[in-house]
Amino acid sequence: PAQFQLAVPVAVVFAPGSVPGDLPKALPFRDVQEMEIPVNLRTSVTSRYEMVYRSTTAQEEAALDVATAQEADAALRPLQDTSLGSLTVYVVPETSSLLPQGTSVYVGKHRSALVRAGSGLAALHTRLRQLMQVMSFTASSIAAALSDRVPNSQLGPDARRHLKSSLGYEITFSLLNPDPKSHAVDWDIEDAVNRYVRPILDKLSLVANFSVDSQILYYAVLGVTPRFDKESSSFLLSAHSLPHVINPVEARLGSSAASLYPVLNFLLYVPERSHSPLYIQDKDGAPVSTNAFHSPRWGGIMVYNVEAPAAPQASLPLHVDVDMVRVMEVFLAQLRLLFGLSREELPPEFLLESPGNEGLADWELDRLLWAHTVENIATVSTTLTSLAQLLDKIGNIVIKDDVASEVYQAVASAQSAMAELAAGHLHSAFQASKEAVTSSERAFFDPSLLHLLYFPDDQKFAIYIPLFLPMAVPILLSLAKIVREARQRKKEPTKMD
Amino acid sequence: VCTSRFWFNYRHVANTLSVYRSVKRLGIPDSHIVLMLADDMACNPRNPKPATVFSHKNMELNVYGDDVEVDYRSYEVTVENFLRVLTGRIPPSTPRSKRLLSDDRSNILIYMTGHGGNGFLKFQDSEEITNVELADAFEQMWQKRRYNELLFIIDTCQGASMYERFYSPNIMALASSQVGEDSLSHQPDLGIGVHLMDRYTFYVLEFLEEIHPASQTNMNDLFQVCPKSLCVSTPGHRTDLFQRDPQNVLITDFFGSVRKVEITTETISLDSDLAGFESKLPKDELAAEPLKYAEQLPVAQIIHQKPKQKDWHPPGGFILGLWALIIMVFFKTYGIKHMKHIF
Repeated sequence: PAQFQLAVPVAVVFAPGSVPGDLPKALPFRDVQEMEIPVNLRTSVTSRYEMVYRSTTAQEEAALDVATAQEADAALRPLQDTSLGSLTVYVVPETSSLLPQGTSVYVGKHRSALVRAGSGLAALHTRLRQLMQVMSFTASSIAAALSDRVPNSQLGPDARRHLKSSLGYEITFSLLNPDPKSHAVDWDIEDAVNRYVRPILDKLSLVANFSVDSQILYYAVLGVTPRFDKESSSFLLSAHSLPHVINPVEARLGSSAASLYPVLNFLLYVPERSHSPLYIQDKDGAPVSTNAFHSPRWGGIMVYNVEAPAAPQASLPLHVDVDMVRVMEVFLAQLRLLFGLSREELPPEFLLESPGNEGLADWELDRLLWAHTVENIATVSTTLTSLAQLLDKIGNIVIKDDVASEVYQAVASAQSAMAELAAGHLHSAFQASKEAVTSSERAFFDPSLLHLLYFPDDQKFAIYIPLFLPMAVPILLSLAKIVREARQRKKEPTKMD
Repeated sequence: VCTSRFWFNYRHVANTLSVYRSVKRLGIPDSHIVLMLADDMACNPRNPKPATVFSHKNMELNVYGDDVEVDYRSYEVTVENFLRVLTGRIPPSTPRSKRLLSDDRSNILIYMTGHGGNGFLKFQDSEEITNVELADAFEQMWQKRRYNELLFIIDTCQGASMYERFYSPNIMALASSQVGEDSLSHQPDLGIGVHLMDRYTFYVLEFLEEIHPASQTNMNDLFQVCPKSLCVSTPGHRTDLFQRDPQNVLITDFFGSVRKVEITTETISLDSDLAGFESKLPKDELAAEPLKYAEQLPVAQIIHQKPKQKDWHPPGGFILGLWALIIMVFFKTYGIKHMKHIF
């Protein structure tokens, strides 16, 4: 039975003119809001938001005294607590012009947000609660992380689509050119990776190790023939034929032979001359703006259409220079979605700052870390419990010393991770949970733990009886003879004198 | 998995390769298939058509074509390797193609064929795997969530005994014959001289030939394959551990690969000309000493290992008592003073 306590340190800072009249105490004061997220009978997650309410310092006031929210966010950044997992919320007056009309919450790139004061304390509290959940974790994200333990009926349909927490991931970019006679495609992947992918992977390096490679495949076709649509004079791939596209290609992708980490494939498909232009249709029949689709836990595919040459007698093959910016925008969005960082399910009055080339905002990284830490700890406890059950059941297994030391280390790391979570130190909690998972996996999957020693009782009898029964007969008879002789000897001295 | 070797077990290899072919046709790539065969058929000196394995009379279909990737062949097909693949307790040097890298959303299909008996399956004529071991292996897989749902098909004599002991959830099992019955082979080929396939697998394959990747056929149809009139043995199945109703389970859930797909509707915006962009290429590492050999060994494992026990143990317990008894009886019967005749 596990009790997770997730503590989030939050600072709520009131700008002048925004303090609601009905505060329970005078500023500054502390408050703790606890919420219980039930997972199953034996596991529960309690979230503690440790809130510190205070008013702005002079520097913060100066920082807030700018024209737009973006500038305020940038100016406020050096003034706040930037440790992983913490949040700072600045409350501005309801009528403030920092936030555009119609938005009441602005979430910045880092770990802070601007909130309008609202009509009273209750409204403020509601907005704060929503905001805190968005920026750290929600009940459903925790349930998704603990999906092993939640009974199947309670999980939503998309609970298991995010990538599982792993120590590393391999990302492979592939260019598929089925028609090299018509298109000579060039993509500057190395430059694109260094410019656009590296920043986001550097930011995610806290979460896992990433390795990137790329390849070009020729004569690789999709498994599905697209339909020709006369109205738009283009070819269309309907949404229900998309699942069958991946498999024929996957056989040729060649996942890396050396690494055991999960592989994320991003494919760029340049359709043949005879099937251009090719668009992907969604369920309603409208062409998809990104012309791309992704498969959870696998990767994504984007279709890159090449315009027909202006002059019909242009010499083939056409030279194509892929616009890597457009491509990377889609691939990196897919990467975010694969990790579970979606921006679509937010209340309408929230405005999110785009993280730009960094790829993800600091608080999104925090969201990932919260989910992964909880998932790691749950995995460790399941693994160690099942290892213990295995050893109970089959007493013959010998535990080597290094396996034992891995188990002890896993337990110690998991305990320290739980403690750090309860204290609100997300960074150290995550590191501890990573160590715990590494140790426990090493212990559980140690090759020496194979139990080929199952001997059913009837087999034991079948082997030993034919061996020992014939041998035992003369022994038993001799024993009987000895006993008889001993008894006779005892009687004789009494008979004779 | 084909668990037998030698020429007269041609049909088991043909069985396995035919199932392998069907599964590949329905979309599962080689990277997701672990194929274990003794692989001594195609190049066997007794094969009148070398480099081929046929699954149908009159040599219609060569299932050992160009595209067969055998992961465990010949003497590597052992009970130990099989259990290692299932439970994941594999030495770290094993390549990716020999591992089962499944997670909690993978549906696994296990097909085994060979010679079996009541509660066991014979591996390569020298060892056996019992149904209890198999059930324990599946339980280990469940504990580590190495499968979402598992379909176990076995085509051997008395095959139903192999799935009697399963106790982990989400397992569905099919067998070609009940306990006490033998599975029979389908037809001999006079040109090759051995039986080419087993009946159950033959009819299953006929059934699978009609399935295409988008098919909606469900498991109940698979249960009806090969009735007693055609198969002589009674095929059995077990679905009590399975959570979904077999009516709702598509054949392609296990035999093919249909992925969930989502349309990408979000994009992020990237700034293409960054003013202060530095190329973060890794600097060449000069003067880094090459790792000494000792640093590359798994030192922790070596230090902590106790010296390996030789296989001979001094007799203890029962054996010791028995020998003591024998010696005591011997000397009691013959008397101590006769010992000088011995020494």
